[in-house]
Amino acid sequence: MPELKSDLPQGTLDLLILKATAVEPVHGYAIAQRLEQVSRGIVKVPEGSLYPALHRLENRGYLAADWKKTETGREAKFYKLTRKGRKQLETERASWQRLSEAVALILQMADGGTR
Amino acid sequence: MSWWSRLLRRARMEEQLEKELQFHLDEHERALLDRGQSTEEARRKARIALGGPEQVKEQCRDARGTRWMEELLQDARHALRTFRQKPGFLIVTLLILTLGIGGTTVMFAVVNSVLLRPLAFPQPDRLITLHGFMKDLGEFWGFSYPDFTDVSQEAKSLKIAGWAYSSGTITAPGNPEHVEARQISADLFSVLRIAPEYGRSFRTTEDRLGAAPVAIISYDLWRRRFASDRGLSSASLDFDGRTYEVVGVAPPNFQLSGEADLYTPLGQSSDTRMRNREARFLQVFARLEPKASVQQAQAELTLAAHGLAEEYPKSDAGLGMRIHPLLEELVSDVSGTLWLLLAAIGVVLLIACVNIASLFLTRAISRERELAMRAAIGASRGRLVRQCITESAVLGLCGGLLGVAAAVVSVHPFVSLWPGALPRAEQIHIDARVLCFGVGVSVLCGLLFGLTPALRVPMQSLEEALRAGGRGVSGNSSRVQSPFVIAEIALAFVLLVSAGMLGRTLVRLSALNPGFDAHNVLAARFALSPKVLDNPAQIRSAWRDVLDRARRVPDVEFAALADTIPMREGEDVLPYRTQASPLPPNEEPLALASSVSPDYLKVMGIPLLAGRFFTDGDREGSQRVIVVDQNFAQHAFGDRDAVGQTIWSSAMGNAPLQIIGVVGHVRHWGLAGDEQSSVRAEMYYPFAQVPDRLLHFFSSVMSITFRTRSSPLSIVQPLQRELRGTAGDQTLYEVRTMEELVRASLARQRFLSLLFGIFAGMALLLATIGVYGVLAYVTGQRTSEIGVRMALGANVRNIMRLVLSQGLKMTFAGLMLGILGASAAARALQHLVPGTHAADGVSFAIMAPVLFIAAFLASFFPARRASKVDPVKALREE
Repeated sequence: MPELKSDLPQGTLDLLILKATAVEPVHGYAIAQRLEQVSRGIVKVPEGSLYPALHRLENRGYLAADWKKTETGREAKFYKLTRKGRKQLETERASWQRLSEAVALILQMADGGTR
Repeated sequence: MSWWSRLLRRARMEEQLEKELQFHLDEHERALLDRGQSTEEARRKARIALGGPEQVKEQCRDARGTRWMEELLQDARHALRTFRQKPGFLIVTLLILTLGIGGTTVMFAVVNSVLLRPLAFPQPDRLITLHGFMKDLGEFWGFSYPDFTDVSQEAKSLKIAGWAYSSGTITAPGNPEHVEARQISADLFSVLRIAPEYGRSFRTTEDRLGAAPVAIISYDLWRRRFASDRGLSSASLDFDGRTYEVVGVAPPNFQLSGEADLYTPLGQSSDTRMRNREARFLQVFARLEPKASVQQAQAELTLAAHGLAEEYPKSDAGLGMRIHPLLEELVSDVSGTLWLLLAAIGVVLLIACVNIASLFLTRAISRERELAMRAAIGASRGRLVRQCITESAVLGLCGGLLGVAAAVVSVHPFVSLWPGALPRAEQIHIDARVLCFGVGVSVLCGLLFGLTPALRVPMQSLEEALRAGGRGVSGNSSRVQSPFVIAEIALAFVLLVSAGMLGRTLVRLSALNPGFDAHNVLAARFALSPKVLDNPAQIRSAWRDVLDRARRVPDVEFAALADTIPMREGEDVLPYRTQASPLPPNEEPLALASSVSPDYLKVMGIPLLAGRFFTDGDREGSQRVIVVDQNFAQHAFGDRDAVGQTIWSSAMGNAPLQIIGVVGHVRHWGLAGDEQSSVRAEMYYPFAQVPDRLLHFFSSVMSITFRTRSSPLSIVQPLQRELRGTAGDQTLYEVRTMEELVRASLARQRFLSLLFGIFAGMALLLATIGVYGVLAYVTGQRTSEIGVRMALGANVRNIMRLVLSQGLKMTFAGLMLGILGASAAARALQHLVPGTHAADGVSFAIMAPVLFIAAFLASFFPARRASKVDPVKALREE
């Protein structure tokens, strides 16, 4: 199977993490898994950057962390979106929306008569 | 989790980080196993996906936000480890810093408490003091009582209070005791906005002639004589023959220019001076009314002064008034000295810092290779700079803490050494501002001696530094350090010259002839029994009786009365003229006047230069006579013979006064102060010719002087017994030997030269160490170069000259700068310390060689060591 994966644009990892933690508390590995599954395997989370990003977001108060048991009975660090994080998610989502629409508009520009 | 708890629970954070990453790896591995991969393969892939675990951890730590603090602690620990390796370096630097910071903090504590902190009254910045001003006299503090009452009524924007010194004998309850007292206007306490500790302050109705005698007593007297009894309603005391009802107790530590035990209403005083517009004996201060401005008050006062000048031209022609902050007036006497000492100890601290900076720099240069190595393997420049500064800041802070601790212990002993009265001394303590100052200074010191080495952290010439192997960079090291040495030498020279000037001034002043023979002379104030004070004839006979009794005491050779004593506080300055017709007011020359009895000259040992001194024949009713000193004679009559001339004085009833003798000049204002004082002419008049109406007042200020055959203090007890009087209520007080007074007149100069001597010694030592340290280091670095030179034919002399010239060049440059600084310091000293001359070339001429020799010795030893380098060995080490 050919690798059809895209690199994440700079700064989008934070947005995706915020989104992934919005529903229920979730641990780091599950975040990576979920992002990959939901994007149908297109987004490949760079695991080396995942944890520094989680710690940074926790440090800024967007995420709250708690140690809990998983279904398999192991202790893991679960991250949950805080109220402050939810606000941040909304801001970042809106800004991403604007950006992607803008990019789309540019890409739809007529290519000088080839079509 | 808060920022600091993340920092404090670092170990747990690390553990959790490890656990979290491990969990991730395990989960990933399990997922891969589930997809049918081999255990080996699964583990490998999981690890590759996560990346290097240490890098990930490091990034996570960065994300924590406590990174810089952790590094700071790490650097601090590293610094402490480094210091432990060199305990000698540590001890010397800490000692220097403790002395420097401790001394500076002590001086700042004194400056802060005495000069900077506001007065301990509500709204202290609204309190001002009033001074009179006349074109010829300059500014003066005194107001006459009539002027005071007039101005109080006219200045609407000021609430004015006045007070005068007084003193007297308390005869009941308890033993007779002479006490300092103050006559105060009724609203003095309310102007200051303080209330008496107990009881009440005076009412306006009590502040006038004929009102019932009331008094406020000091907190101290209340404890001493009334056993802190709060039931003051019935308390009374007998003071100078009158019974006063005690209505209040002043707050503890309350002072009006010195301690007093008794406060009486000013307006009740029946002294003749109360009605005399020329008797300017009142000290006046005021509080600005709410919303009134200083300009407004000044305008009102100017107007009031003009009014007085027009209405009473005889006394007040040309009168002006000026206002100053009250605090400024209280401390004006010492503020210059205090700032001077703070500056001097600050210079010592600066030299200490420069010295330590140069030591640090030396270390930094030898560590250049280590730092270059660390930079090469990835340390950022900022990180290395931070490390250097942390090291010095740790040292600075340690020294600072020790210094502040030393200051806390030594500030009160230091204050007790202060010569004479230090205003507000009882308020001196180490407060938050002083602590901040101490810590701030130590941090500044740390930065000062850490910054320069830090800025040398190599970055561009990394490769060069590594390749040089710690040797090649030595060429520029002395160039980096020499500014430090030059600065040290310059600063040390400033202190040396200052100390030299003060020392020479002290020696010169001590050798001066005070104008009298201070050996075996005693002077004491004396209070006559209040019972005799109402009758002039009784007063005269009482004084005669006192002198007769005093002469009967064994070992008393002569005894005499005098109203003022040389070099003691209190003097009487009177105008005189050499013509019978009056001069316009304030154009008459002034002279110091003393009212004395005939034996005064013998007691004091003042030489008689011409004519005769007083005898018992110069009495009331006989020809009014006067004796002048040589300054007076010279000033008034030039080369003409003063004896036989006549002078007049409005203050002495305008009667013709015949000069019967000329005596030697007495340095009345102290050995130091006499030359600079404006009034240096002196005249003496017989106490016996003081008119009856003034006798009561004179009796309250008279002193007795004794010439003794043995140690003067040994006769104080017998004298007290002999002079008690029939009622047992007469007493000698303020007993001083003349030798004490002479010494005390130089106390400030002695104190200053002692402190400056110590400071200058420390500065010289530090500068010498600085020169030695730098040269020893530099020559050590140049060993191989010196080896090459010797191998090429340089002899011992060439090598010695090489090193010596380097040291002497720095010394010379420092000296040149130092001369500039010292000239500025000399001018400041002349301004601040009476008796010093700025144009004191001798101090420069003595101190320059002293510094030069010290610097030469400091360079000589490194030079000799350099000359003994074995070329073969030195080259082999290459």
